[in-house]
Amino acid sequence: MFHVFELISLGVESTADNLGIGVVTGEGEVLANITKIHVPEEGGIHPREAARHHSENIGNTIRKALDAADITANELDIISFSQGPGLGPCLRTGATSARALATYLKKPLIGVNHCVAHIEIGRVTTGAEDPLTLYVSGGNTIVSGYESERYRIFGETLDIAIGNCLDTFARAAGLEYPGGPDIERRALKGSKLIPLPYVVKGMDLSYSGLLTAITTELETGKHSIEDLCFSLQETAYAMLGEITERALAHTGKPELLLTGGVAANKRLGGIVHDIAEEHGSTPYVVPIRLAMDNGAMIAWTGILAYREGLITPVSESFVNPNWRMDQVNVPWRR
Amino acid sequence: MAQVIAKGAEADLVLKDWNGLQTVHKIRKPKKHRHPTLDNQLRRQRTRFEADIIHRAKDAGVPTPLIYQVDLENAVIVMEYIDGVKVRDLVDYITAEERVDLFNRIGWYAGRLHNAGIIHGDLTTSNIIKQGERVVFIDFGLAEISTEVEKRGVDLNLMNRMLTSTHYNYRDQILEAFKEGYRESLGEEADEALERMEEVALRGRYIEKN
Repeated sequence: MFHVFELISLGVESTADNLGIGVVTGEGEVLANITKIHVPEEGGIHPREAARHHSENIGNTIRKALDAADITANELDIISFSQGPGLGPCLRTGATSARALATYLKKPLIGVNHCVAHIEIGRVTTGAEDPLTLYVSGGNTIVSGYESERYRIFGETLDIAIGNCLDTFARAAGLEYPGGPDIERRALKGSKLIPLPYVVKGMDLSYSGLLTAITTELETGKHSIEDLCFSLQETAYAMLGEITERALAHTGKPELLLTGGVAANKRLGGIVHDIAEEHGSTPYVVPIRLAMDNGAMIAWTGILAYREGLITPVSESFVNPNWRMDQVNVPWRR
Repeated sequence: MAQVIAKGAEADLVLKDWNGLQTVHKIRKPKKHRHPTLDNQLRRQRTRFEADIIHRAKDAGVPTPLIYQVDLENAVIVMEYIDGVKVRDLVDYITAEERVDLFNRIGWYAGRLHNAGIIHGDLTTSNIIKQGERVVFIDFGLAEISTEVEKRGVDLNLMNRMLTSTHYNYRDQILEAFKEGYRESLGEEADEALERMEEVALRGRYIEKN
């Protein structure tokens, strides 16, 4: 088959434990989206181990993505990569490959902010235009919305992210990794609400106390795993619901978008739906296959940036592990 | 007769005739997306806490609405309706002398609140109402109890930011008046809090630091 696409972007995602390569067209069509996950033998993500996994697999994964998209490397128009925020060693692995590829193929290199990419893939796949976004994942918990040139952060976690809280508890309880889906399944059979710290400060929240408390409750051996999962979900998601509702009332945004790896959770999806309804806003949830960290979202955001002439010279393509999304100009939203 | 004045994320404000009095009902409605036990507990807690803080503020000599009834079961506070003008809407229509005098008093009251360990949490000119000669502080929904310098600084920063964003024409004049009143009522601890206020403002993003 012969394709003619206006623009084809390859996206490299490597901020944490997911290595993702995506191929996306200027129309927003995902031609390929291959993800290879590093699963630690024990404990959480070790940045060095994850980076090693990525460097060992990136060549193969790029090959698989090109094959899946049914194109050759020369047909790529731009090379996009996740420039931050994330774990330094992991980011550097992806950036090095992207730089090499762009230099070798003589194609423009585009550095993309990972958090902005989660919003943009949500917008293009759901059709949401100007949503308030709840972005929830292993490393981030952010409520944001577009306001004069940038995605402004209205609320966020003051310590650990929701996914981090779920995963750490799941590990302590001997559940599957990642923790979200297993906790959700077990929570369905739980019914007793164990009192846990509920920490909301204005539009920000904190999960570290909740994690300590639920782990302590687990260690007492007094509760069933189902009730523990149920209580953790009810408390953690109610907190997310509250800050989202505050931000929605504050901004009056007409749409509410749920994105990031934890967006796959049905209970959270239900909460977001109820809140949107209450405030006359339309709810959207990113499709599951694009909810977790992936290369397609990076490829797509690269296209948006490239069209605005935002190219990253190799000399300025160093990664930024602490790159906040509200430091990024998003001229395509004007 | 009941008229909704404001619908927030946290509560609705309803203007209502109550035993022959004109009152405001602050109603924390149940959230259907929250587990009922958690929901009841949060609404009860917050209603009690807010009523308590409003009372403490009065003890500290800061005018706040009279509370007529606290209904924990339904999470409702019935309080006096303050029939006046928000300071926010007043600033442009008074003389320079009146402005200085008003913000001097506001600063003085803010100092009294902080002295009593009350952090208002949403200290803006929209939450201060001038009713005749009375200057009344409202909406303690985000208030907390603390005497930490940091919390005081953050509290003051909100007022500072409001003066810069909304009352920029008179900012320097009224900020000075505010600070003077604040120092007068809080005494020795005032300067530290005011310095922290400046620091907190500089922490904001996209601030030019010279």
